[in-house]
Amino acid sequence: MIRYTLKRLLSLILSLAVASLVIFFVIEVAPGDPASFMLGLNAQPDTVAALRAELGLDQSQFGRYLSWVTGMMHGDFGTSYTYRTPVAGMISDRLWVSLPLALYALILSTLIAFPAGIYAAARRGKTGDMAVMGATQLGVAVPNFWFAMMLVVIFAINLRWFNAGGFAGWDKGLLAGLHSLTLPAISLALPQAAILARVMRSALLDILGEDFMRTARAKGLSRRQALWRHGLRNAMIPVLTIIGLQFSFLLAGAIIIEQVFYLPGLGRLVFQAISARDLIVVESVVMLLVLAVITVNFLVDLAYALVDPRLRSRT
Amino acid sequence: MSRNLIIGTALSSLVLLAALVSFVWTPFDHAAMNIPAKLQTPNGTHWLGTDHFGRDIFSMVMVGARTSIAVALVAVGIGMSIGIPLGLTAAARSGSWLDELIMRGNDLVFAFPSLVIAILITAIFGAGAVNAIIAIGIFNIPVFARITRGAALSLWQREFILAARVSGKGAARISAEHILPNVANLLIVQGTIQFSLGILAEAGLSYVGLGAQPPTPSWGRMLADAQTMVSLAPHLALIPGSAIILTVLGLNLMGDGLRDWLDPKLRVGRT
Repeated sequence: MIRYTLKRLLSLILSLAVASLVIFFVIEVAPGDPASFMLGLNAQPDTVAALRAELGLDQSQFGRYLSWVTGMMHGDFGTSYTYRTPVAGMISDRLWVSLPLALYALILSTLIAFPAGIYAAARRGKTGDMAVMGATQLGVAVPNFWFAMMLVVIFAINLRWFNAGGFAGWDKGLLAGLHSLTLPAISLALPQAAILARVMRSALLDILGEDFMRTARAKGLSRRQALWRHGLRNAMIPVLTIIGLQFSFLLAGAIIIEQVFYLPGLGRLVFQAISARDLIVVESVVMLLVLAVITVNFLVDLAYALVDPRLRSRT
Repeated sequence: MSRNLIIGTALSSLVLLAALVSFVWTPFDHAAMNIPAKLQTPNGTHWLGTDHFGRDIFSMVMVGARTSIAVALVAVGIGMSIGIPLGLTAAARSGSWLDELIMRGNDLVFAFPSLVIAILITAIFGAGAVNAIIAIGIFNIPVFARITRGAALSLWQREFILAARVSGKGAARISAEHILPNVANLLIVQGTIQFSLGILAEAGLSYVGLGAQPPTPSWGRMLADAQTMVSLAPHLALIPGSAIILTVLGLNLMGDGLRDWLDPKLRVGRT
């Protein structure tokens, strides 16, 4: 297990290094000089030069890349070109909205998908199965931001159970915070729950045909007992893969959903930064999202190895 | 043919037809404003009502179908034309450094969700339909590379490939003449699924302003425009939303139906 973990860790570090290179140099080719952009058209050349020096833009590209990466390792993401405040602070403020939102959605999606998938698999071919499958087919086709708008119309405007947008803030208490994230989390979770339920169902159906399931039944376990004791654990591998993949979709999807609910998360930050050409903020947010995706995939790989010991001996 | 395939093909054809007809005919000029007729609900003159500028929603949905289909189609094209050769090469050179390089490259691209690629591209070149196409297309590359490699790997073990090798054919010729035709069905099914995901992605990108720019109508932007008026005129959001759902549903049903209809032997090779 230790060797497996180390090998995965090495590949994680390599991926992060290459991803950071890609992000940095892609942003570098962006036309326009941030310093001239900040100072406007009538800026004096020496003012621009001074600002370039202050922002570190006069260093070589590779030098700036190195200081960007080493800075990030120390939690220093540089200084925003437009707000002149540390990017790390701006990001961590927003992260307290985006990350709980993605996690909330992930939990909801799992809570909906597991029972639905298990139910459908247990009733394969019957009406219950068809109903669940029909619902998931629809769930996959619904754009989550549109679903979000519909939720706002029903639950915020008509029923007034929730606010149509905005974030109460965690300082108002956990419940108030969760309350303002509930509609966004539901709209994020719906399409993912539909996908996850389908994966859960088909993974379970594959398992039900296995020899060891027949053995379990032959030992006298009921269909239900066999499903719970032997089926679920074995079905977890494809399900875990999808959950891992979904986290990145949820985090990226949160960027769009935040726009619907006017939530002060990473999405708002990055769109403001794009329009203000605050490239260092864009760079850092993108790097953070990619870091999250790569780390989650790494954790999923480790979880596989825990669920299925056979995988540890392979690469 | 299964029920899925028939319903799916019918829905998809309907949307395609609307998009094609919009080149020669729409009930009204989709960009023509008519303020006195604004925010009408569906009626005899404006079949799907009008928006806040009095523009005919039916015409906008028809022209919007064009944008959605064009973006998603070209994005699938990019993914296929780069991803399939990569997957074939990786399978042909399975276990080599080239295979490793291609697959690790794939993993890397997978770490960038299409929205993140779109953000990067927009930060550099600005928003637009072409950039949305590139972003969705790049994300499609590893999807096709992986699925091609997975299916091709199992084919390389088969006897007819061995026969082709014995007859002196090189890896490139075998890949093109024997492997590709045998994975084509699988790729068509995946293509349908990526196409529907492309429609959803395009709508999302246009909604946040990273996709097609005015005056090009797109379903995502119609929804963004509708947002502030949704309590006043819910049809502004319901109609483009239904257009997206029906299209995606149609494509997904068609993909499912195709998978069952096309050669079932291929299911063994799927990873």
